[in-house]
Amino acid sequence: MAREKAQILDKDGIRRSLTRIAHEIIERNKGTGNLVLVGIRRRGVPLAERLAGRIKDIEGRTVPVGILDITLYRDDLTTLAHQPVVRSTEVPFSVSGKIVVLVDDVIYTGRTVRAALDAIMDLGRPKLIQLAVLIDRGHRELPIRADYVGKNVPTSSREEVSVRLQEIDGEERVVILETAE
Amino acid sequence: MGLIGKDLIGLRDMPAERIKLILDTAVPMKEIIRRQIKKVPTLRGRTVVTVFYEASTRTRTSFELAAKYLSADTVTIAAAASSVSKGESLKDTARTIAAMGADAVVLRHPMAGAAELLARTVDAAVINAGDGAHEHPSQALLDLFTVREKKGRLEGLKVAIIGDIMHSRVARSDIWGFTRMGAEVRLAGPATLLPPGLEKMGARVCSSVEEALMDADVVIVLRIQLERQQQGLFPGLREYARLFGINRERLRLAAPGAVVMHPGPMNRGIEISPEVADGLQSAINEQVNNGVAVRMALLYLLTGGGCRK
Repeated sequence: MAREKAQILDKDGIRRSLTRIAHEIIERNKGTGNLVLVGIRRRGVPLAERLAGRIKDIEGRTVPVGILDITLYRDDLTTLAHQPVVRSTEVPFSVSGKIVVLVDDVIYTGRTVRAALDAIMDLGRPKLIQLAVLIDRGHRELPIRADYVGKNVPTSSREEVSVRLQEIDGEERVVILETAE
Repeated sequence: MGLIGKDLIGLRDMPAERIKLILDTAVPMKEIIRRQIKKVPTLRGRTVVTVFYEASTRTRTSFELAAKYLSADTVTIAAAASSVSKGESLKDTARTIAAMGADAVVLRHPMAGAAELLARTVDAAVINAGDGAHEHPSQALLDLFTVREKKGRLEGLKVAIIGDIMHSRVARSDIWGFTRMGAEVRLAGPATLLPPGLEKMGARVCSSVEEALMDADVVIVLRIQLERQQQGLFPGLREYARLFGINRERLRLAAPGAVVMHPGPMNRGIEISPEVADGLQSAINEQVNNGVAVRMALLYLLTGGGCRK
C-alpha cells in the first residue's frame, strides 16, 4: 500500500498555478487567436476546462476544449498489468492550422505525451503543439519537455504523484505517495 | 488474457457486463472510423488470421478492416473451397496458425462447435465468425450496438426476429444477446423453420408475423438461406413473401420509429420489400459500418494487452 509522504499543493496552490499558466499561454501566443486546448484523459480534461475558464476571465474569449483518450496509442499495452478500457476522443473542431495546447496533470516518462502527440497528428495538422502540465516530476524516458509547468517536483521512482481534483476525486490537492518496497 | 477472456465463441454464456464493455468499447472505435485517417497504432506487430471455410465477403472484409484500422497485420486462409473432413482440416488449420504465430484467429466454419474446438487447440484468441447453425456472436453484438445507438437503451425493448430461425446462427446469438440485456424477443416464421426449444432460450414464439410485429421497437429480418432450402421447408418464394415478408403495410404494426435490420445479404422482394430495405426506418447500412467498430472493439479487448501467452 502507498503511504502519503507529503502534500505538494493545496486548493489555493492549484488555483494559483492554473491562473499563472493561463497568463503564460496568452502571453506566449500573443492572445488567444487560433488557440485550442486539448485535455488528456482523465485529469487533463478538467484542468483544460479550468484553463479555458481562466483564459476567458482574462481575455474575454472562449477557447475550444477537446478531450483526448490515448489508450489506443499507448506503446506499452503488453507490459501493463491491466488492459485499459478505451474511452472516447472528443475533439469536435479541426486542429489543422491551430495552436494546440495539450493539458495533462503530471508529466513523468513522457510516453503519455508521445502517444498524445501521435493521436493529435492523426486528427489533423496543427500549426504548433504546446504542453501544459500541473506537475513535472522528472524521470523522462523520451526527449519531451513541457512548455508550461505548475510545479516542478523532484521525486524518486518509488514515489507516486497523485493529483486529486474536485471533478473526479471530490477533493483538491496534490500529494506524493510512497509505495512500500 | 484479454479483458473479455481468451476467446469469443458465443453469447450464450456471456454476462451482461461483458457485453456492455464490448458495446462501450465500440463507441470510441466508431469515432476512429469517422476520421479522415482511419488508423491507430494499437495492435502494431500483432497478426490476425481469418480462416473462412464458408464464403462470406461481408464478415471477412469487416474483420480485416477492423484489424487494419488497429494496425494489425492480416492473413487470409481461404478454405472455402476445401471439403476435407472437419477433424482433420481443423487440426491442420490449427497447426498452420500456430506456425504463423497468430495473435487472433477469426474462424467461419460450417460445423457447429468448430470455433470452440479450435479455441481449445491454439494459444491465439479465437473469434467465432459463424459456426454452422450455432452462433454468430459478432453479428449479434453489432445488432445490439446498432439498436442501443438508435434507441439509447436495450432494456425493455421489444425485438421481433422474423424468418428462418432454424438455420440462423444470427438469430440464436441475437436471442441470447437481446434477452441477456433485458429486451423481450419475439420470433415468427414458417412453422417448419421454428425449431423446438426456443422458449427455453427466453424468447416468445408467435403464431403469426403480425403478432410478433405488434408494437415492436426493433424488427430483425432474417435472410431466407436459399442455399439451405433444398428440403422444401416452405412452399415457394412468392408465398413466403406474401405470408412472412416484411413490407410497408406489415411494418405499420410495429411501434412508430421501429428500427429495421437485416444481417445481409438481402433477398429483396422475398423476406424484405425494397421500400422497407431502403426506407427511413432501415438501419441496414449502419449495421455494416457498426460491424467494423464492434469488431475493432473485439480485437482490442481480446488481443490488446495483458500477457496472454
